Amino acid sequence: MNPQDYYPQWLSALLGWATGLLGGNINWNDFGPLLTVLWAVVAFTLIAIVAQVSVIFMVLMERKVLAWFTQRKGPNRVGPWGLLQTLADGVKLLFKEDIMPKGTNKFLFTVAPALFFLPSFVFFGLIPFTDQLLAVALPAGALFVFAISSISVVGLVLAGWASNNKYSLLGGMRSAAQAISYEIPLVMSVLTVTLFAGSMNIDLIVKGQQGPIWNWYGILLTPISLLIFFVSALAEVNRIPFDLPEAESELVSGYNTEYSGMKFALFFLAEYASLFAMSAFTAAFFLGGYFSPFGTFFVEWRTNMSAYQIEHMALPAGQFNWSLLALQVEMLFWFMAKTYFFIFLAMWVRATLPRLKPDQLMGFSWKFLIPLSLINIFAIAVEKYWVVLVPQLGGAAQSLPVLQAGSVMNWIGWLVVAAVVFGIFFFMMSRLLTEKLEARLARR
Amino acid sequence: MTTIDIPGVHTEQGLKTEDLVVNIGPQHPSTHGVLRLVTTLNGEVVKDMEPVIGYLHRSKEKMAESRSYFQYQPTLDRVEYLSSFYDHYVYVSSIEKIANLKVPKRVQYIRMITMELNRITSHLLWFGTFLLDLGATSPLFYAFREREEIFKLFEDVTGARMMYNYYRFGGVNADLPPGWIEKCRRFIRTMPQKLDEYESIVTKNPIILDRTVGIGRMDYEACMKYGVTGPSLRAAGVDQDLRKTNPYSGYDEIDFDVPLGKHADVYDRYLVRMAEMRESCRIIEQCLDKIPGGDTQNILNKQTEIEAARKAAKEKGEDPKAIPDIDPDWQYQGQKINLMTYKPPAGEAYSVCESPRGMLGCYMLSDGTPKAYRVKWRGASFSNLSVLPELMIGNLYPDLMAIFGSLDVILPEVDR
Repeated sequence: MNPQDYYPQWLSALLGWATGLLGGNINWNDFGPLLTVLWAVVAFTLIAIVAQVSVIFMVLMERKVLAWFTQRKGPNRVGPWGLLQTLADGVKLLFKEDIMPKGTNKFLFTVAPALFFLPSFVFFGLIPFTDQLLAVALPAGALFVFAISSISVVGLVLAGWASNNKYSLLGGMRSAAQAISYEIPLVMSVLTVTLFAGSMNIDLIVKGQQGPIWNWYGILLTPISLLIFFVSALAEVNRIPFDLPEAESELVSGYNTEYSGMKFALFFLAEYASLFAMSAFTAAFFLGGYFSPFGTFFVEWRTNMSAYQIEHMALPAGQFNWSLLALQVEMLFWFMAKTYFFIFLAMWVRATLPRLKPDQLMGFSWKFLIPLSLINIFAIAVEKYWVVLVPQLGGAAQSLPVLQAGSVMNWIGWLVVAAVVFGIFFFMMSRLLTEKLEARLARR
Repeated sequence: MTTIDIPGVHTEQGLKTEDLVVNIGPQHPSTHGVLRLVTTLNGEVVKDMEPVIGYLHRSKEKMAESRSYFQYQPTLDRVEYLSSFYDHYVYVSSIEKIANLKVPKRVQYIRMITMELNRITSHLLWFGTFLLDLGATSPLFYAFREREEIFKLFEDVTGARMMYNYYRFGGVNADLPPGWIEKCRRFIRTMPQKLDEYESIVTKNPIILDRTVGIGRMDYEACMKYGVTGPSLRAAGVDQDLRKTNPYSGYDEIDFDVPLGKHADVYDRYLVRMAEMRESCRIIEQCLDKIPGGDTQNILNKQTEIEAARKAAKEKGEDPKAIPDIDPDWQYQGQKINLMTYKPPAGEAYSVCESPRGMLGCYMLSDGTPKAYRVKWRGASFSNLSVLPELMIGNLYPDLMAIFGSLDVILPEVDR
């Protein structure tokens, strides 16, 4: 494969198999540029389908999960087990009258949902579903994710401004303040991961976590970054307890108060798509992405071949690489399981917590999350020195799966770092959760 | 081209800022009805607030003057629809005061049980909506689960879930169904655990504490100035509960405490209401134990016994009237009266009770005709609402939901 061509191995394998069935014998890898173009089309179509289907499924899942939390049944009338409910809602929204209130800025009012929708759609192109089912592996993918996610805030502010509604305006302003506050800890927590991975390429970050479960960054190496990232991601996608821009008990519906029909549907779609994307990135950055928690894939264990060998198996034309397909399916399964774990967590949080006030929201970010993530970056830098670099200097470890090295120095270093990091974390958490509140209750 | 001078303030940086006037309501998710709050916001800070009421005015007081006493009674259910037993109680008891009707002991206990159950339903709804206003969705459903249980109990007794119309002048419409007391006791025993369940996700929740502790402080002076009563007043540490200070309907025979707050903030109002539900459970359990006649089956058996004895006496040629009637305190209706044509003697009376929202009063002026000459209602919600601007000014806009929610105002009662 030429370096300038970008297309996944399975595409050429699939085409090779298809042409083999037709009696031809073409090595599709010779048509690199053609495949690159073809892949762009295929990837975009796939992304569009995956995004829509995942949102449709997630809306139903959210309604079902919230129903279980509150002892209800949830949707169960349209289709078996309510499966078609979201589809019916979508059709309803499509057929609804598109109302534009008096005094709105018509251009901005129309553009705002699209601007909000755009980044959540782009996210899907960056998610490494498997090592090959990945539309683009940008060298600075992690940075690009957060750069592009800021665009959605512009959409919200514009929607609030263009609606000619005071609630919408307040909602838009709140979303701007919120995004500024929470993107900083979000990026800083990913910085710790890039320290370990040595790259901002999301695919490489996932590959850096290959091996046993404790090689996943979120488990032992950067657990606090995982927490910071997840909390900030909730704020980034406007979920309870950070759903201030649309706080329905205060601002009626916030920035989307005046939207109806398909424009509202775009907001709705984008919100869930971003939640999916953020959960997927949490899984990719911190929980080993598509890697199996057992260290090796089932397919690897079954075929007695490594994933690399399976992917680069030389097969006669017309014979399909079924092991490769099985491997991809298994990777997709693990990735989706982790993603939906975080989605479920977000729904659980929604069922449990009330909403914060704007000043508390700002305070939580600027007084707690940002100092914590600064300390965290420092601690992780020290940790990387002790856990990765020192054993390497001693010649104990050769590569990044660090804790396999098992030198005494390694473990001592890790324990020291763990004590420091966890100590700071629990100190701050205890200050946040108990001391401050008890003092507050006593001070009244 | 003329320039329009927008009134505004120049900040230190030379930026012109303008206050935002928001009409919160009459249609708004968290005004609990059709209340309009003309709010001036500076950013998110409330600079001024003026409640506008009257969107739900149905001239309840005037209606009394054109209907017979009994015809007027069903409309009371629609005034304070979350705790309508209380409206009925003050209405009925003011007539009882004018006409000097004797209320049997059993009726007093039935009224106490239903009123306290109604207090629990009202506070449960408050609990759910208050937390819904704060953004927590689940507690509403948990609260409705128990509210549903109580509604089932009410349905057994009155035939209705919310619009009861159960109390009558000097009695109640019908006796409790047989076996109801045991059913009610079974429910009341589980209720404190359910309350623990609610409190476990709410009371020590850091976000709830952040949003409620020290917010909306309403001290004794403010309460007195606006005539605030009920749990909101007790949260300010004022030991004022009509059930204790001037006991009615047999509350003097029951042992219960009045939960008091200390800090007069939203959090204390929450705690007081939660504690009140526990006290209500205590009151109901005592009432169920002490109710004269016990279960209705017992009374029915007694009546058949008396009838059989009278029949036997008649057959023997003895005087059946020598066998005593059932204990008057066991009956569910004192004096037998024709409700449709009932007219109390001329006179006036004022009757109050401690409703879930505070002091609920009914002043009744009768001129001896079948229609009341004048009926005046004193609802707690009106006074409790009028204190809102004083609490809100200077607070943040999201605090409105916490403070307004904690006052537990119901709009039909404000407008009547």
